Amino acid sequence: MLLIRCPYCQEERPELEFRNAGEAHIARSANMAGETDDDFEKFFFIRSNPKGIIYERWRHMHGCARFFNAVRDTVTDKFVMTYKAGEPKPSKLPGVAK
Amino acid sequence: MAKAAARKTAPAASPSIERRPALAGRSTAATSAKVEVLPPAERMSLRAPEASVAALSKALGVTLPNKPKTSASKGGRTALWLGPDEWLVIDEAGNDPLADCAKVTSLHSAVGISHRNIAIAVTGAGAAATINAGCPQDLSLDAFPVGAASRTILGKTEIVLLRTAADAFRVECWRSFSDYVFTFLSEGSRDAAV
Amino acid sequence: MSGAFRIPGAGRFKQAKTARFSFDGQSYAGIEGDTLASALLANGVHLVGRSFKYHRPRGILSAGAEEPNALVEIKRDAARKTPNVRATVQELYDGLDAQSQNRWPSLSFDVGAVNDIASPLFSAGFYYKTFMWPKAAWKSLYEPKIRAAAGLGVSPDQPDPDHYSSRYAHCDVLVLGGGAAGVAAALAAAETGVRVILADEQAEFGGSLRFETGAKIDGQDGFAWAQGAVAKLAAMDNVRVLSRTTAFGYYAQNFVGLVERVSDHLKTPGHDLARERLWQVRAKRVVLASGAIERHMVFADNDRPGIMLAGAARTYLNHYGVAVGRNVGVYTANDSAYAAAIDLKKAGVNVAAIVDLRDNPTGPVIDEARALGIEVNFGRAVIRAGGKLRVSSMSVQPKNGGGERTIPVDAILMSAGWTPSVHLFSQSRGKVAFNDETKRFVPGTYAQDCVSVGACNGTDGLSATVDEAYAAGAKAAKDAGAKTAKGTKPKVDASESWSRGMLGAAPGAGPDTTVKAFVDFQNDVTAKDIRQAVHEGMRSIEHVKRFTTNGMATDQGKTSNMHGLAIAAETLGKPIPEVGLTTFRAPYTPVTFGAIVSHARGPLFDPTRKTAIHPWAEAQGAVFEDVGQWKRAWYFPRAGEDMHAAVDRECVAVRKTAGLFDASTLGKIEVVGPDAAKFMELLYTNPWEKLEPGRCRYGIMLREDGFIYDDGVVGRLAPDRFHVTTTTGGAPRVMNHMEDYLQTEFPHLNVWLTSITEQWAVIAVQGPNARKIIEPLVEGIDMSDEALPHMSVREGKICGVPTRLFRMSFTGERGFEVNVPADYGQAVWEALWAEGQKHGAAAYGTEAMHVLRAEKGYIIVGQDTDGTVTPNDAGLDWAVGKKKADFVGIRGMARPDLVAKGRKQLVGLKTKDPKVVLEEGAQIVEDPKQAIPMKMIGHVTSSYWSENCGRSIALALVAGGRDRMGDTLYVPMPNGVIEVEVTGMVFFDETGGRLNG
Repeated sequence: MLLIRCPYCQEERPELEFRNAGEAHIARSANMAGETDDDFEKFFFIRSNPKGIIYERWRHMHGCARFFNAVRDTVTDKFVMTYKAGEPKPSKLPGVAK
Repeated sequence: MAKAAARKTAPAASPSIERRPALAGRSTAATSAKVEVLPPAERMSLRAPEASVAALSKALGVTLPNKPKTSASKGGRTALWLGPDEWLVIDEAGNDPLADCAKVTSLHSAVGISHRNIAIAVTGAGAAATINAGCPQDLSLDAFPVGAASRTILGKTEIVLLRTAADAFRVECWRSFSDYVFTFLSEGSRDAAV
Repeated sequence: MSGAFRIPGAGRFKQAKTARFSFDGQSYAGIEGDTLASALLANGVHLVGRSFKYHRPRGILSAGAEEPNALVEIKRDAARKTPNVRATVQELYDGLDAQSQNRWPSLSFDVGAVNDIASPLFSAGFYYKTFMWPKAAWKSLYEPKIRAAAGLGVSPDQPDPDHYSSRYAHCDVLVLGGGAAGVAAALAAAETGVRVILADEQAEFGGSLRFETGAKIDGQDGFAWAQGAVAKLAAMDNVRVLSRTTAFGYYAQNFVGLVERVSDHLKTPGHDLARERLWQVRAKRVVLASGAIERHMVFADNDRPGIMLAGAARTYLNHYGVAVGRNVGVYTANDSAYAAAIDLKKAGVNVAAIVDLRDNPTGPVIDEARALGIEVNFGRAVIRAGGKLRVSSMSVQPKNGGGERTIPVDAILMSAGWTPSVHLFSQSRGKVAFNDETKRFVPGTYAQDCVSVGACNGTDGLSATVDEAYAAGAKAAKDAGAKTAKGTKPKVDASESWSRGMLGAAPGAGPDTTVKAFVDFQNDVTAKDIRQAVHEGMRSIEHVKRFTTNGMATDQGKTSNMHGLAIAAETLGKPIPEVGLTTFRAPYTPVTFGAIVSHARGPLFDPTRKTAIHPWAEAQGAVFEDVGQWKRAWYFPRAGEDMHAAVDRECVAVRKTAGLFDASTLGKIEVVGPDAAKFMELLYTNPWEKLEPGRCRYGIMLREDGFIYDDGVVGRLAPDRFHVTTTTGGAPRVMNHMEDYLQTEFPHLNVWLTSITEQWAVIAVQGPNARKIIEPLVEGIDMSDEALPHMSVREGKICGVPTRLFRMSFTGERGFEVNVPADYGQAVWEALWAEGQKHGAAAYGTEAMHVLRAEKGYIIVGQDTDGTVTPNDAGLDWAVGKKKADFVGIRGMARPDLVAKGRKQLVGLKTKDPKVVLEEGAQIVEDPKQAIPMKMIGHVTSSYWSENCGRSIALALVAGGRDRMGDTLYVPMPNGVIEVEVTGMVFFDETGGRLNG
């Protein structure tokens, strides 16, 4: 069982309290109704599914109940860092070589 | 805020019918831990932005904690930090926190949940071990001191955990999960002497 | 006397009470504290099982968890039968009843042993090659036969009556292994005051100190020192000492699973005592002190009972006081077996000869053996063991060939060297490194915050081990946050030490031979099998492993992996590290399902949720159905009624007078804040801004893809407060969906969500007399049609308690849903029931509720929709706000496929024969005479007998359904084709007049 640092609770908590919520930084359009088919396809269906660093959303479901973002390595399954929802994608990742 | 805490709301027009709390009066006692269903209490789910916290604290007579995994208690009323804008307010003195918040004009959401939750006390030297039978958090006094509060997991359900003393916890769960939670804690207490 | 082979005065374990036990029906005496293996050996019993494939007789190989042969069934009573228990681990208790396995009719005469004679047929990869053809025979013939013939032991056939417990624990330093290294590390860590857990799989701590005679620490015998040190640790508040506890899995972030065997060693486990306890430990630092496992020598017929590891024989002598024979031979490639020979000799056992594969070894143990008069042979090999049910001789030959000599023996002690136990290290994702000099894999690159000490780290010698372990324990504590250490390092005064050995097949079992020289005892894999795998094209050790099954048995190849690897490497002509080691996976030793499941069985398997009104329904004899975790009253049969009769009566009662229904399980969410309406606009298709406080609306929620996700009636209590209801099953995910959008897409909105599902018990009162039933109990609410029209909500009191009274209907009748605080639910129900009795009202269950709503064409999300149904498909376009600029699903709904012609649409179906009730899920076709496979144009989603309509009714999703009104379609069933007519979805009261009737 992983330990995940909740940026709101400011401590590592057991994975059982969390739920994954898919890829992060996919913003919903402010003009949703006006999106083209292609844009909607990108927004709704296309995910990056990378080998390596992934930016994803988690919810501290059975803790503070907040959604937040996490950077995780899909190869090692290690969390690199977590940050609050709404914060920008971090430009520098601690301990990750470019 | 003793004044506010002492302010007693008029009791609701007395019901002509019987209140039947779930699991009323149930308890088990193992060698090192006792598991006991607590009497009904007034409860409120309070949501508010930071700007409203001072006004709400004043109205409630207890300072809403702003630190994760903490609680504050005064005059039989306890506010548990559940999230950055979320508190569970429990009043065991018979006062209605909803009525106190009704007068607050600053932004907030107050929803009554007195009947949604059931409280179970786990007490004794084996209290932490009992809960750790199904709760993955570190319940040592360093990591979870007296007054610490957290929503978390017990077995396959969600609970809210409050440490009321070194060897005592209050476990809150939703009404329909209370049978499961009580049974789980009773099972856990059988093994808590180790 | 507890066995003829027990040596008075020998053995470290305390001579306690005699324990009677039986093995295959024969009664024996042992001593409490024995393992089953030591007790059997004390009675001269070596033959304890038959091998898996060839059914060869097998004896006890080891004295620990690595045992591949001595697997037995332990039977406490009819329900407590545990197969595959290692006799070397099971502790003896008075009355223990053990049976051998894998033999028929008896252990000494086993019919299956014919496999041994026919062994050329069963070579490596045999299953893959033999049972290929004919293909059909696999399922019907080969697999069932193989399954019956194979398998270890017999599964219990009754529920396990024992209970198992579990515990999450946290510590600063977790020390795995309680030998000299583990104890020293635990002492160093514990003395700093940090939280320490020390675990060892044995009943007594000490590890190899249990059998060593030459170790002295702090002036005491090594074993005595370990006992004292552990007693001191156990007395410290910051230390938890766990014996009989195996760390079976090392997971991410220093999360380690351990199983503690709590009561398997007790004659009568107490009522509250778990059989096993699962520990899930999170440690800041882990110290691995898992020791090393001795390897056997690979030579012909090296599996005969009586042939065992030298260290095991020494354990039986020095710990249990048991001689494993009267005339033993020793076959070794390193020094450690000499110590066993010396100890046995000193205890009065004849040592026939030591056969040492090495050419000219020197050292104090060799000198001592000679001084004791033991015959020592260098440069020679044991090329064969004699005997069948028990070893009777060893045939010795110079390793480069020459004259053969047969020496009679009743036991052979063997040692090819010691393999560091890197299992847990490897599970932690650490990478092992091969030490070419010592021919060992040792921990190389660490992946987690752990450290290996002692033999598992390839550290030789007690002094170096204790130094390394003590320093590592202190460092682990410091890294975990300890301030100061105040202890003193244990001082090693004397120690035994040995190293090296050999890997692979010994002379006499080389590539030029076809002998059965076993590498893996448990899976019957020989040196020849490994070579054959390579010859047949297996290059990777992972392929060799799977082709031969080497190391794939329940012992996970603890004794065999290195030999198998060496033989494969030799055959491939490659150095060992290039061939590579197979992956070590959890569990280290088998773990019972009981321990894994732990508390989660019976009532704790899954929460069973019951409503506040449940006790009333139960008392009325309701039949319940499971809806998710909820128990819901399905129907309320009266005397003599079957389900249909009950449902028909309930349905008629609702339309004729009134019915009461427990709707408490519906999800309920209170949406509060100045932007509540704005939020509702975004989450539901409907418009909400203009809904007046006190009014309700049926809302539809979509996912972003435009498909229906949930629905429910929403009441506006105040400008800034909505009472939202969801489907029963959808409640948690709808809440999550709403929170997701609120927190991450619309965080600017000032609104909050609170689940109030369980705050309110909900009593639906439906039917022409519904108002008459409720009205007398209500205070403060005008219930007239003018004041409380259909789809409105009021707050007031009922029976003196607060209520949110909804006027709404899921039956098409005048209807109300009375929300009351849950603890009052049953009492209010009883009061309404009493009123209802004056009007002949009935209680109705979920089945009648389904029928009544289907009569009105009201959909159930998840039954009539399946995640691919749009509001238009469901005929609910009217609920989509046409002027809205945005809501979740607005764009998805407009996708080309979702607006295309010919989509499946929800329609009604009437069977031509009104008495025929369609099956839900049945497929619909246009032409029943077409060839199979027919083109299916839709399926039945809901189907019932409607007593109110006097006929069957159904809802169905049919391609282009709304353009087929009046058409005849067909539902082919196994016993005939059913003709149906496509109709509208409303079967009863099409004008809806009864809502106010």
